[in-house]
Amino acid sequence: MAEMQAPVQRPLSPHLQIYRLSLSMLMSGLHRITGLALCAGMVVLAWWLLAAAAGQNAYGTFEAFETSWIGRLILFGFSWSLLHHLLGGLRYLIWDLGYGMEPAEREWLVRANIIGSILLTVLLWVILWVSGMR
Amino acid sequence: MTMRTPLRRVLGLGSAKTGTEEFWLQRMTAIAAIPLTLAGLVLVISLTGRSYPAVRQILASPLVAVLMILFVLATTVHMKIGVQIVIEDYVYEKTQKFTLLMLNVFFAWAIGLACVFAILKISFGV
Repeated sequence: MAEMQAPVQRPLSPHLQIYRLSLSMLMSGLHRITGLALCAGMVVLAWWLLAAAAGQNAYGTFEAFETSWIGRLILFGFSWSLLHHLLGGLRYLIWDLGYGMEPAEREWLVRANIIGSILLTVLLWVILWVSGMR
Repeated sequence: MTMRTPLRRVLGLGSAKTGTEEFWLQRMTAIAAIPLTLAGLVLVISLTGRSYPAVRQILASPLVAVLMILFVLATTVHMKIGVQIVIEDYVYEKTQKFTLLMLNVFFAWAIGLACVFAILKISFGV
């Protein structure tokens, strides 16, 4: 009769204790973190749409949140997460197609991801400010 | 308890022939979300600084409403799969894992339905 063996204690993901830290690894983690942040952002999006559907008063409440410093901070984080996740997604699509896998190309892509997302977020908020953000 | 060894169980079964649906759906929704997100950003920029009636009027236009609904559908499906993968990767305790997996599905449906309902309500102008 075969006895049930105790499961072998193998290391479990995220394996942070095993690999040497690299930028592409951090960026992989950041892709997941920004993805989770976007979940919270979807709550804000739903609130905005529901408030617009509900009426003037509800929309006023949302506007009060949106123009407060905490609201601005959350929306800034939301917009950066969105743009970072979007660029990161493009990077993964490139890798899925089998391109950009050489060491130099990988480094270039992850750097372009983080620098690009910061620049685009600043650009977006400059555009919002120019178009009369209250 | 089975008398069969794990090797015996898998021999000859071959691949499951399925299992890539979510991998594919995640990439498909990602690709769909790229132009839809850009459209959403253009919308947000165009709504900046506008009064409530103007915002409602723009959101009610058919093109904007359809693009917004597509954005919500693509992103909520993408969100559901993405969060599920994160849970499966990092949560090992069974009760916690299945609770979170279930809450994730509830959350995606709630957000998706709330957004789509709001857009339709604005569009139909009631």
